[in-house]
Amino acid sequence: MTSVIVSSPYVNPSNSLRRLMINVIIGLIPGTLAYVWFFGPGILVNISISILFALGFEAFILRLRKKRIKPHLTDYSAVVTAWLFALCLPTHSPWWLIVVGIGFAMIAGKHLYGGLGLNPFNPAMVGYVVVLISFPREMTTWHLPISISGEAYGLVDSLKFAFAIGDSSWDAFTAATPLDHVKTALRQDVPISEIYQAPLFGKLGGIGWEWISAGWLIGGLWLLITKTIRWHIPAALLGSLGSIALAFYLVDTETATSPLFHWLSGGVMLGAFFIATDPVTAATTNHGRIYYGILIGLLVYLIRSWGGYPDGVAFAVLLANMCVPLIDYYTQPKVYGAK
Amino acid sequence: MDIKLSHFNGGIHLDDHKAESLTQPLQIASLPDQLILPLKQHIGEPNKPLVDVGDRVLRGQLIAGSSSPISSPIHAPTSGVVSAIEPHLVPHTSGQSADCIVIDVDGKDESIEFESIDVSQMQAADMIDHIRHLGIVGLGGASFPTSPKLSRGNDLGIHTLIINGVECEPYITCDDSLMQNQADDIIRGIGYLQRMLKPTKTLIGVEDNKPKAIEAMNLALQSHAHSESHSQALINTEVVSIPTLYPSGGEKQLIQILTGNEIPTGRLAFDIGIFCQNVGTCAAITQALELNQPLMSRIVTVSGDGVRKPGNWIVRLGTPIKHLIGLAGGYVQGDLNKPSLNMHGLNMHGFNMHDNVQQHLVMGGPMMGFSLSSDEVPIVKGSNNILVMQQQLIAQTPGIHDECVRCGKCAEVCPAQLLPQQLYWHSRSKEYEKVEEYNLFDCIECGCCSAVCPSQIPLVQYYRASKSEIRATQQATFKSDRARIRFEFREKRLLLKKQQEEEKRRLKREALLKKSAAKKEASDAVDAVQAALDRVKEKNGEKVIEPKNITGLTADQQKQIDVADARRRAAREQKA
Repeated sequence: MTSVIVSSPYVNPSNSLRRLMINVIIGLIPGTLAYVWFFGPGILVNISISILFALGFEAFILRLRKKRIKPHLTDYSAVVTAWLFALCLPTHSPWWLIVVGIGFAMIAGKHLYGGLGLNPFNPAMVGYVVVLISFPREMTTWHLPISISGEAYGLVDSLKFAFAIGDSSWDAFTAATPLDHVKTALRQDVPISEIYQAPLFGKLGGIGWEWISAGWLIGGLWLLITKTIRWHIPAALLGSLGSIALAFYLVDTETATSPLFHWLSGGVMLGAFFIATDPVTAATTNHGRIYYGILIGLLVYLIRSWGGYPDGVAFAVLLANMCVPLIDYYTQPKVYGAK
Repeated sequence: MDIKLSHFNGGIHLDDHKAESLTQPLQIASLPDQLILPLKQHIGEPNKPLVDVGDRVLRGQLIAGSSSPISSPIHAPTSGVVSAIEPHLVPHTSGQSADCIVIDVDGKDESIEFESIDVSQMQAADMIDHIRHLGIVGLGGASFPTSPKLSRGNDLGIHTLIINGVECEPYITCDDSLMQNQADDIIRGIGYLQRMLKPTKTLIGVEDNKPKAIEAMNLALQSHAHSESHSQALINTEVVSIPTLYPSGGEKQLIQILTGNEIPTGRLAFDIGIFCQNVGTCAAITQALELNQPLMSRIVTVSGDGVRKPGNWIVRLGTPIKHLIGLAGGYVQGDLNKPSLNMHGLNMHGFNMHDNVQQHLVMGGPMMGFSLSSDEVPIVKGSNNILVMQQQLIAQTPGIHDECVRCGKCAEVCPAQLLPQQLYWHSRSKEYEKVEEYNLFDCIECGCCSAVCPSQIPLVQYYRASKSEIRATQQATFKSDRARIRFEFREKRLLLKKQQEEEKRRLKREALLKKSAAKKEASDAVDAVQAALDRVKEKNGEKVIEPKNITGLTADQQKQIDVADARRRAAREQKA
C-alpha cells in the first residue's frame, strides 16, 4: 500500500458528464414516445441512423485529432446531439439527409471548433439549419398524424422509406405542419378561428404536436429535478415568448395565435428545455441565462410571425449563441468583498 | 439577542462522516518515544533553537523562539533529551523537510515550575504579551500567531467577537470534541478575549450538526453567567446554531452568515471591526492565562476508512502521526510502504501504479487538507485532523479529465462568487493577467468547484498552480526591480563620483590658471620694460625689425600659402 500525493479536495465526484448526458437522454424519452404514438416509428429510424453516424463521425474525427476515442464516445454527448438533431427532421427522412446533417453537425459544428466544450454554436442546430436551407423539399415533407391520415406505418415501412427501397411516394399523406398552416393562412387573411377548423388542430395546438410538446415538458421537469439544467433559460424563454404572444393575442385574437399555441407548437418546448440549455453554447452566468432565454423567446416570435420560416427555434438559438460571449461579459456576478 | 442569519453564495452539502470519530470519548494520547518539533509551526518568521543537542529539557521549557513580532515560540511538550536539531519531514503541502528539534522522550514527563499569575489583575497589553510568550497560535488550521492579531484588534477597536466552532469540513471533530468536553475553558477564554478587545457583542457560531456541542456550550455559558466566582461576566454573548453547509467555517463565510457583512477585498476582518477566533484557541488562552502553561498539546482527530478505531486524542505537539495511527488501532490494510514512495516508483502523475490499493494520508479535512507523503511527520500546532483514506479515489489530476462544458455549476457553488470557469480557462492557457482580473486571489481554495465539476476538472489545483506561478513572477519582478534599483543607484553613485572628481579637477585647473595669470602679470611687467626700451630705440631712429619668415614673401609664395590655408580650412570644416 502506498500513500498518494494529490491535491485536495479528496472527495468522490458527485457528478459526471456521462450522468448529465444520460439524464438528458432519459428526459427525451417521454416526448419521443409521444412522437411514436402520433406519427409512427419513423422517428425511431431517424434517431437510430443519426446516432449511428454521429458516433461514426465522432470516432473518425477523434482519430484524426489523435484523441482518445472511447472516453469521448462514452460521454454520450454525440448521442444527445444526434437524438436532438433527428427530432427536428420530418418523421420520414431519407438516410442521406440525416447523414449530411449530422455529419455537418459533428464535424463542422463541433470538432472544427475544438470539440466538446469549445463549440460556440449548438451542433444539432447547425446540422439542422444546414439541411433546412440545402434541402427545402425534403425538409418540408411532413406527414400527417396517424389519427388524421389513418395510415399507420410500421417499422419496416419506415426503414424502406428511409433507404428509398421500393415505392416510396408518400405525397398523398404529407401536409403542412400546424405552424406552417397558420402562417400561410394568416398571410391570406384567414381568421384564426377559421384556421383552427382544419383537421390538423387539436385543443391547444396541432393534433399530436401538443402532446409531444407535453412530453418534452415532462422530460424538462425531470432535467430540472435532477439538476441537470437550471430553471433560468426555460423560464426566460417561455416567459418572453408567452408575453409577446399574449400581447399580440390580446390585441386581436383573430390575427395572432395564443401563447399556449406558441408554447405547444413546433420546437419550443424541446428548444426551451433541451436545446437552449446546452451548457456549452448557452450563457453561463445565471443572470446571463435569463437574458439569453429572453432573447431566444423574442427571436422565435419574430421569426414565426414575420420571418421566412414557420418555426424559428433553430435560428433563434444560433443567433443567441452568437451573443453569448457578450452576455457573459456583461453579467459577471459581483465578487465577494468587491465594492 | 436576536440573530438574523444571512447566507453566503453557493456552498455544498457534504457527507459529514463525523459520527465515526465521535464513537469513542476524547482520550489522552500516550507519549511517543520521540517528539519532532519543527522550528516553524506558525505563519511568520521561523524560530531559532534555544537548546543544544544533548540538553535535557523539561515540560513547558522554552526551546525555540524569535524576536520577530509575527512569530510564536515553542516549548518542550514533555521532558527528555534533545537528540538532534536537523531537517526532518514536516507537515507541509510541499512535502519537504525543515529544521526540527528532536526530543528523545524519557517518559518522566517532568515539568518546569509554572509561576502562578493572577489574571484578574492583568491589563490587556500584559495578557497579550503573556499569550505571545506562551506560544499561542490560531488552532483552526492557519496557525497565525494570536498575540499580534490581538494587539492589532485592540488598536483598531472591535465591535463583534466571533468564535468559530463551525468545523464544516467532513471527518473533523476535534472542535466538536473540545466543545463537548471543555466548554467551560472555551467560555472563560472568551471572557479574556472580551477583556482584551471589549466587543459589544460576541457570537459563537456552531453548525447545527453538532447538537451536543451546542448544548454543552450553552450550559457552560449559563453556568458562567450565574457563577459568582468570576469577577467578569460575559457581555452580550450567544451561541448561534447555523445551518450545516460547507464552507460555513471559513472566516469570511462565517462573518457573512452571522453579521451579513462582507470583508472588502484586500482587507481583514478587524478592518470592519470584527474579530474571529477558533474555539480551540480560546481554550488555549484560558490555559495560558490561568495556569501560565504554554501550548504543548492539542486535540487531533484521527479518522477515515483507513484506520480501525477513529477518534479524538489530546496529543503532545511533535508526536509522529504513526504513533497516533497506532493509537487509532492502526491501518485497516497493511502499512504505509515507505520504499515505494521514492520518485522512481511513481508515474508522472504521482501515483504508484505497482499497487492497486492506494492509501491516502491527509492532514486536515478532505476539502482543504493536503496529502502527506509519510506517517513520520509530526503533529504541529495547526494539525486538527489526520485522515486516512483507503478507498480508490478518482484521480483529480490535470490533463486526465473531461472537457469543461461550461455548465456553470462551479460558479453556483463558489462562496467567493468567482467565475471558476473563466479562471480555469485562463489558468490553463497561462494568461495570468486575466486570471488576476477575474480575482483569482479572492479564491479561498475551499474545493467546492472541484467537488461539483461534472467533468472532474481539478479546478483548485489549477488555481493553486496559477497562484504560485503569479507569486513566483512577482517575486522575480521584485528581485529584478531590486537589482535594477541597485544598478541605477550604483550608476548614480559612480556618476556622482565622476562629477565630484571633475569638480575637483576644475577647481585645481582654476587654481592653476590663477597661478599662471599671476605669473603672466609678472611677465607683463617685464614686457613693459622691453617696450620702454623699444620706444627709446625708435626715438633713436633705429628701425625695429621684426624678423619673421613670412615677411618679404614673393607673390608666388604668398599664393601657395593661401592655397594651402584654404585646403586646411576645407579639411577642418569637413572634419567638423
